[in-house]
Formats: sequence, structure tokens, C-alpha cells
Amino acid sequence: MNSDVLLSISDLYKAFGGVAATNQVTLDILDREVHAIIGPNGAGKTTLVSQLTGVLMPDAGQITFKGNDITYMPAHRRPHLGMARSFQITSIIHDMTVLENVALAIQAKAGHSYRFWRSADSDQNLTGPAMEALRGVGLEAQAMQIAGPLSHGEHRQLEMAMVMATAPVLVLLDEPTAGMGQEDSTRMIAALQVLKGSCTIILVEHDMDAVFALADRITVLVEGRVIATGKPDAIRSDETVRQAYLGEELEAVTDVPGSGSSGTVRHVC
Amino acid sequence: MTLRGWVTCAVIVVLALVPPIVSLVDNAFILDMATRFVILAIAAVSLNLILGYGRMISFGHAAYLGIGAYAVGIPAYYEVYNGYLHILIAMSVSAVFALVTGIVCLRTRGVNFIMITMAFAQMVFFAFVSIEEYGGDDGLVIEMRSEFGSLIDLENASVLYYVCFVSLLLILYLIRRIVRSRFGMVIQGARGNEPRMQSLGFDTFRYKLACYVIAGTICGYAGALLGNFTNFISPEMMDWTRSGELIFMVVLGGTGSVFGPVLGTSVFLFLEEILSGLWLYWQLVFGVFLILVVLFAKGGIDSWLSGRRTH
Amino acid sequence: MDWTLLTVQLLNGLQLGILLFLLASGLTLIFGIMDFVNLAHGSLYMVGAFFCATFTQWLDSFLLGLLLALPATAVIGLLVELLVVRRLYQRDHLDHVLATFGLILVFDTLTQMIWGPDGQVIPLPAWLDGQITLMDGIVLPTYRIAIIITGLAVAFGLFVLVTRTRLGMRIRAGASNRTMISALGINISLLFSIVFVMGAVLAGLAGMMIAPITEASIGMGNQIIIVAFVVIVIGGIGSIKGAFIAAVIVGLIDTMGRSYLDALFKLFMSAQNAETSAPAVSAMLIYILMAVILAVRPAGLFGPRGR
Ligand SMILES: Nc1ncnc2c1ncn2[C@@H]1O[C@H](COP(=O)(O)OP(=O)(O)OP(=O)(O)O)[C@@H](O)[C@H]1O
Ligand SMILES: [Mg+2]
Repeated sequence: MNSDVLLSISDLYKAFGGVAATNQVTLDILDREVHAIIGPNGAGKTTLVSQLTGVLMPDAGQITFKGNDITYMPAHRRPHLGMARSFQITSIIHDMTVLENVALAIQAKAGHSYRFWRSADSDQNLTGPAMEALRGVGLEAQAMQIAGPLSHGEHRQLEMAMVMATAPVLVLLDEPTAGMGQEDSTRMIAALQVLKGSCTIILVEHDMDAVFALADRITVLVEGRVIATGKPDAIRSDETVRQAYLGEELEAVTDVPGSGSSGTVRHVC
Repeated sequence: MTLRGWVTCAVIVVLALVPPIVSLVDNAFILDMATRFVILAIAAVSLNLILGYGRMISFGHAAYLGIGAYAVGIPAYYEVYNGYLHILIAMSVSAVFALVTGIVCLRTRGVNFIMITMAFAQMVFFAFVSIEEYGGDDGLVIEMRSEFGSLIDLENASVLYYVCFVSLLLILYLIRRIVRSRFGMVIQGARGNEPRMQSLGFDTFRYKLACYVIAGTICGYAGALLGNFTNFISPEMMDWTRSGELIFMVVLGGTGSVFGPVLGTSVFLFLEEILSGLWLYWQLVFGVFLILVVLFAKGGIDSWLSGRRTH
Repeated sequence: MDWTLLTVQLLNGLQLGILLFLLASGLTLIFGIMDFVNLAHGSLYMVGAFFCATFTQWLDSFLLGLLLALPATAVIGLLVELLVVRRLYQRDHLDHVLATFGLILVFDTLTQMIWGPDGQVIPLPAWLDGQITLMDGIVLPTYRIAIIITGLAVAFGLFVLVTRTRLGMRIRAGASNRTMISALGINISLLFSIVFVMGAVLAGLAGMMIAPITEASIGMGNQIIIVAFVVIVIGGIGSIKGAFIAAVIVGLIDTMGRSYLDALFKLFMSAQNAETSAPAVSAMLIYILMAVILAVRPAGLFGPRGR
């Protein structure tokens, strides 16, 4: 096995009521690559990410991270190895402030959560890095506001800040631009460009502009199976991929280069 | 200072002055009422730590009052009156009970959690009902109150009151620190979005369990005070309807602040006292009042004081 | 071994199980479909018993009294649903718990105002009051057997209703997947009312059947309701089958524990220790059972996973 492999998935299988949502997936994620996972709605992308993060347990197969078998490791232990994820459906703590949300992410990484006495809100070790992370996504002005009532775009930014706050080794992003307007999505893509190279990113995305702008390699998932993995150019020209999924969307991307969202089929879920 | 702050201070000052006032008007009944109120307030405040801050709807909190009280009563039955020992037993047995039952309860959520906490409390209830040695159904009279050396004499009603009152203050302060600490943030985070907390790397089960144990231990302490105060213990004090009353006190006061349950307890006991004096069937009014509070007064007294509509 | 005693105890256990099932089946449907925690379910059990007592006295017939008490309990159930419960479906469990706790106070006090503080006796007709002698000289009380047969018949009817009829299909759809009922375009508030009233009648029936043995008394539902909760937690919320199996298990274990645990304990401890500890342990038996089952299966025996 290549020493550059950070995360290795072999023969992963997960079924819901007899229907395989992840079907014999075998895939290596290389260190510091941006690896996009694409596929139609219901292809099993979120299910795959959930197994990688421990939210769902696979029925069979193996996942290794930095050489350690993490297949059945509980979800809450994986972040301590350097994994962090964002959710397709925004998952933040609505009744806390933006700053507290991020501070919790920092605290998770730092440990020491069995401290019962000192106030967490005035703990510079938490608020300092949290503000830093908020600055990174451009949300520092909202730091003291309760997270719940903020806009959808701001929620996505917060979600990203919570992922990045802990300086993870592997980031799993489940549709970071989901439900975003064109402007916000462009900003998000730019932010991810900056990240690229500093950590490994698994990017689930329907927005083909984003995928082809960012990805080093792409895996195409259809009905739980990997039908192709490779460099963007190879995927673009792969006949099975075109037939199974990409056809229309790729045409739009290749025919009208650089034109906004025209090439993207919005999948409303 | 906010309205809420004023009310908090006013309540504390009034409570601090109860014994001198009582000695002026020479009405021991008021001191009794106040002592009972302060003890139940401690129980309510401890319940709010899990109920309000952790959204763990425990319907078995009265069990700890019972455990704490029996921790005074059973040693006293064997003529062991050492107060430090009583409190040690009350708190450690409560902690162990909370730990063991918490491990089972916290694996479940929603409705199951409510019913399981209730069932475990009921288990303790029936256990004491069936132990004839300690009076079974009829309960047990405590001949003498806990002894703490010559300095603190609980047989003196004012001293007992001040012990309870100071305990309440310390516990309020302790819980206030806890909910603002790192630990408290984890508990509140898990209340808001548990899957997210796990994906951030928190083993939420353990934190919730720790919180559950802390709340139970504090309530066990309140139980030891209650046993001393009533001089009589019986399984009835941990009947599930008692747990229901504790929840009502907390919700009535408001789950959004540390002090809210104290207000809830005071209103609850005040109404109980007034209504029960007026009409034989006062519980009817009480029940209707409860339903109306749930339907129309969300957030409790606390949210009303702080001008917030939601909690 | 005293076989008559054993048989009687088994029947007692079965009878308790049947009563628990009548309570628990309504509870579990109400939880499963409406996600509603109804602490006041035990009050309907009590109301049923008191109605039955009064109607039996008026009509001088237990059977007629019971038949009249059933629709009367249904009316009370409907009133509770329309006036209070309906407004709470959208609220969280804490609100359910508190409001129905208030309902218990209201019911207990109202019952006391109407019927007075004392229990109401329900006399049984002679043909139910006697005993049946089986071969080997085992003597069994007729009425307990009647309870068991009636309960089993109701359980069977309920089972047919839920698995074979259109209403049952909707109920099952609701219990397993709440969003589905609205997707199917079913009149939800009507379905909810029907289920609630059905639960009320089943609880009332349980109260009516037990009252000739125990009397109808204030607060009689407040202890057994907890055991009914234990039953549905063990059986798994929303599952009628689970409720039935768990009810019978709990009924048998509780009864058998109370009668035979001391004998069992005497096998490995001194008689005195056995006699002091057996009552306490037998009182805790069903809760221990619940804890063990939940430790293995947090959603109960037949519950939906991940609720
Ligand atoms: N918890 C679950 N229980 C049952 N079936 C599920 C569950 N989660 C996902 N599925 C099914 O598994 C399949 C894969 O779903 P998944 O959410 O992983 O797809 P996806 O590729 O992320 O789709 P989308 O692009 O819409 O986000 C779908 O058919 C879905 O219905
Ligand atoms: Mg998805």
C-alpha cells in the first residue's frame, strides 16, 4: 500500500432494509488531496461519509485511517485522530452564540472538558482560537449573536468554521454549498481553494463548478457502487460516467466554461 | 440591575431574615414553611441542572430525596447520629444510584427516558415499602436529628433553617459555576444538538452521566436535610407524584436560569398552602392551574421577569 | 409443591398481565402514533371503574353496568382529547408530562368530589362469583378466568383490528412512520381522536374488570400506570405485539416473584435473611428485568431502532 494513503476504504458494505446504500466500496484517499465524491441523489454519498465519521456503522468491510482500523470506532473518538466533518443539513447548536459553537469545537479537540469551575466564556484558550476560525470564514462580526436566527449562508459559514477550528488532518464536507446562492457558493469555493494543500479534503458536492475547480481526484458513486475514480479530465471523458450520471451536467460545464450556475443541476433534497 | 436580578436579591434577603422575623411575630409555623421551602428549592435547583440545562426529563428525582432522608433515618434507627456520616451516606448512595441507573437510562431517549427514570424511582419506592424493618409503608420516626458537634445544633429550628439556607446559597453558586464552565457548555451543547457534539468529538453519554450523577448527589443532600426537618420518613416522599411536583416547580419557575426553580418552588408551595386552607378540593384548582401554565405560560416566571418570550 | 396454589398464582399472573396489556396497548399506540406521553392514562382506568360501580348499582347488573360504562369512558376520553391533549401534540414531552400530571390531579379530585373518599364496591353476579373445580381437585375462581378470557378476546380483537382493517393499516402506518400518515392524506386529527378514545376505552375496561376484586378507589390508576409504562418500554414503543408479550411476562414475573422468591432465596441463604430480602427484591423484580432488557436493547423487545 502506498505510504501516501491517508484513509483507506475496502469492500465497505451497508444496506438499509435489504437495499445496499454502500456496495463494496473500495477507495484510497491520498494525503492532502481534494477528493470529490459525486453521484446522483440517493447514490449513497452521505451514507458513505457517515460511515467514515462513525455516525453509521458498516455491515461489512474495513476503514483504516493512518494505518489504524477505525471501522467500528465510535463517532466521538474519530475527531481526536484529526477527522472533522460538516453536515449536508446544517448542524449547529441553535441556542448558543456563534462564538460558543466554535469554542465547543476547540474544546473538543483540547480535551479538559471535565472542568466544572472556571467560566468557559472567558477562557482565552477557547475564545481566542474560536475568533480566529470565525475570522477565517468571515463571520467574526456575528460572534456574539445566537446562532439559530442567522441566515442560511451564515449557518453554512459557521458549520465550516466549526470544521476548520480544530485544524483537522482530514475534512469531510457533505455538500458545503448546499442551498447557497451563487455569491455565497463562490465565496465558499474560494475559501476551500485556500485550504487546499494544507489538509486532506473529501468533498461531496453536486455543484460541478466547485468539483472541477477544486478536486485533485474524483470518485463517481451510483447506487452505492464506485463506477469510476480518477483525475478530473479522465472522469470528464469516461464513457460510463457520462452515461450513468454526468452527461448533461458535464456538457454544460465544458460547453459554457466559467458561466455561473447554468451548468449545475440543483438537487433539492 | 435587571428585574430578574432585583427579584433574586429580594428573595435571598427575605430568606436570610426569616428567623428574626419569626421570633418577632412569634410564629414557628412560618419558620417551618420556610425550611421546607428552602429544602425543596435545593431539590428543584438540582433537578433543573439535568432538566433545564441537559434536557434530560427525569421523572424520578424524588427518589433522591427519599434516599437522602433514609440515609439519616436508618442510621438513626441504629442510634447512629453522626451528621457527617449521614451526609456522606446520603450523597454517596445517591451518587451510586444515579450512576447505575443513569447508565441504563441515558442509553435511551425521549419518552423512554422519562418512563425509565420514573420506573427506577418507583423501584426504590417499592423497595422501602416492602422493608418491614424500617417501617415499610408506615415510615420511620427519627428520634434525634443529625449531630454535628456542639457548634451546630439542628434541634434548634433556626439553626436548622440557616444550615438549609446557606446550603441553598452554596448550591446555587456551585451550579451557576458548573453551567458556565467547560463541562456546562458540553451539557448544553448536547441539549441543543447531540449528534453534532459527538461529531465534534465529545462522548456525550459520559458528560450527561456525570451531570446526572451531580444532580442526584445534590438532591440526596437535600433529602438528608428533609429527613432532619420532618423527623419522619416514609416511602411516600419518593412517590412518583412527588417527582412530578418537583418538575412542576422547575418548569413553573423557568428552566432558563439557575435561580428560576427557586421562584417556582416558592409559588408552588405558596399556592398549595393558600388553596389547601381554603377548599377541601383545592387540588382541582391546582391541576387546572398546572394545565393552564403548560398551555399558556411557556418559559415560566423566569422568562417573564427577564422579558424573554422563549427559553 | 402445592399445585393448586401454583395454578392459582399462574392465573393471577396471567390476569395481571392481561390488565396490563389493556392499559399498555392504548398507551403504546398513543406514544407510537402521536408521540404523546399520557400520564393520565391511569385516570381513565379509574374513571372506568367508578362508572362501572355506579352503573352496576343503578342497573343492578354488573354486565349491563360494564356495557354502559364503556361508552361513558369513551366520552370522557374524547373530552380530554378535545380539550387538552389535542393542543399538546406539537409540544415537547415535558409539556405532555406536566399537563397530564395536572389532569391526574383534576381526575382524582373530581372523583373524590363526586363519589366521596371511600372505595366503591362492585358486587359480582353469582355465576361469576363462584369457583371452578378442575380435575385433580384444583379449584380456580371463576371471575379471574372470566377476566383472562375477556382480555384475551379483546387482545385478539385488537390484533385483528390492527392487522386486518383499513383503520388498523393507518394506525400501523402511523406507529411506524409518523410522516407517512400525512403523506397518505389521512385525516390526522380524526385518527388521533379515534386512537386516543380507543386507548381510553381499553384502560377503562381494565379498571372495570379489576374493580370487583379490588374496589374502585381514588388514585387506583396511579401505581399500575407505572407498571404499564414498564411494559411498553420492555415491549418497545408502538408495538402491540411487544406490549402483549411484555405485559404477560411482567404480570407473571411480578406475581410469581411475590409468591415464590422467598422459597427460592431460602435455597441459598438463611430463612431469616430470605424472609427480609425477598419482599424487597420481588418488588424490584420487574424494574430489574426492564433494566436488563434495555441494557441489551435500548428500544425494547420490538421497538423501532434509533428512536
Ligand atoms: N437512515 C436510513 N434509513 C434507510 N434508508 C436510508 C437511510 N439513509 C439513507 N438511506 C437510503 O440510502 C440511499 C443513499 O442515501 P444517501 O443519503 O447516502 O444519498 P446521497 O448520495 O447523499 O444523496 P443526496 O445527493 O440526496 O444527498 C438512499 O436510497 C436513501 O433513501
Ligand atoms: Mg447526501
